Amino acid sequence: MSPGILGKKIGMTQVFRPDGQAVPVTLLKAGPCMVVQRKTPNTDGYDAVQLGFIEFIKPSRLTKPHTGHLKKAGAEGARFLRELPLRPGDDDLKPGDKVLVDQFKPKDKVDVIGVSKGRGFAGLVKRHHFRGGADTHGSMFHRAPGSIGASSFPSRVLPGMRMAGHMGSERVTVRNLEVIDVDTEDNVLVVKGAVPGPNGGYVVVRRAKR
Amino acid sequence: MNNALLTKFINKNRRTDTPEFRPGDTIRVHVKIKEGDKERLQAFEGTVIARKNTGMGESITVRKVSFGQGVERIFPLNARVIDHIDLVRTGRVRRAKLYYLRGLKGKAARLRERE
Repeated sequence: MSPGILGKKIGMTQVFRPDGQAVPVTLLKAGPCMVVQRKTPNTDGYDAVQLGFIEFIKPSRLTKPHTGHLKKAGAEGARFLRELPLRPGDDDLKPGDKVLVDQFKPKDKVDVIGVSKGRGFAGLVKRHHFRGGADTHGSMFHRAPGSIGASSFPSRVLPGMRMAGHMGSERVTVRNLEVIDVDTEDNVLVVKGAVPGPNGGYVVVRRAKR
Repeated sequence: MNNALLTKFINKNRRTDTPEFRPGDTIRVHVKIKEGDKERLQAFEGTVIARKNTGMGESITVRKVSFGQGVERIFPLNARVIDHIDLVRTGRVRRAKLYYLRGLKGKAARLRERE
């Protein structure tokens, strides 16, 4: 059993459970993956597998060092590589081993790690859920930050003050999503709920930590 | 627009037993209703005045006039609560959303049958 699998977000839709309940789901193209490198305590100081997500990539898009690295395991077209630490109970995977969606079955719990959608330089209302002021009725305070502290004491802005700035494009983990469906033919993994990132974004699907 | 795998998944999961009907048609929707531990069917008959969205979230709005009072219900087409749908009568209309029927009553709210 592999500690996880790599994938690509396809999109969201909904399904109905037999009892009639509607469930929001995200479809992930999970795998086929290949073990590209095996990190061992002897050589690297820790125990992990490096997985590669196999897809069609023009060879010219990959650097020569990258291609050479993939060649050792015979993993062609693996642009997206991620390392997963091995946990007790995981198989001893060797470079060249395939990791497929059939590792998962409905009702399993997984954590999904991705890079959230970038929002650019975002204001306080979007970034920190400040309320902002009224748009009309003579209001001259719309989406401005307002007061950011007291005056001569402390004469400075306290660290950690929530302000406008860059938002999104950061690593986000969503824990304990339920696996709803597994399609081994198309390598599609269906999980309950939302997953960080845009459609087509790369994600790491890991067996739930707790 | 949608990814091929998403389309395939939706086609696998959507209901295929709904008859073909259009806005303007009169249909009878049989809804499953749970009373305690018993389940029975309730019919709602009326004119389809809107059909919205595609995929798993597709829904219809059905309007009828009950004791002089207009009643509209929105049904998710792929949901399990719908037992089955009967097509009662077709109707010839010239637009997709028939919200104008809300302002009409009696003879003015009739629709001609489609050939």
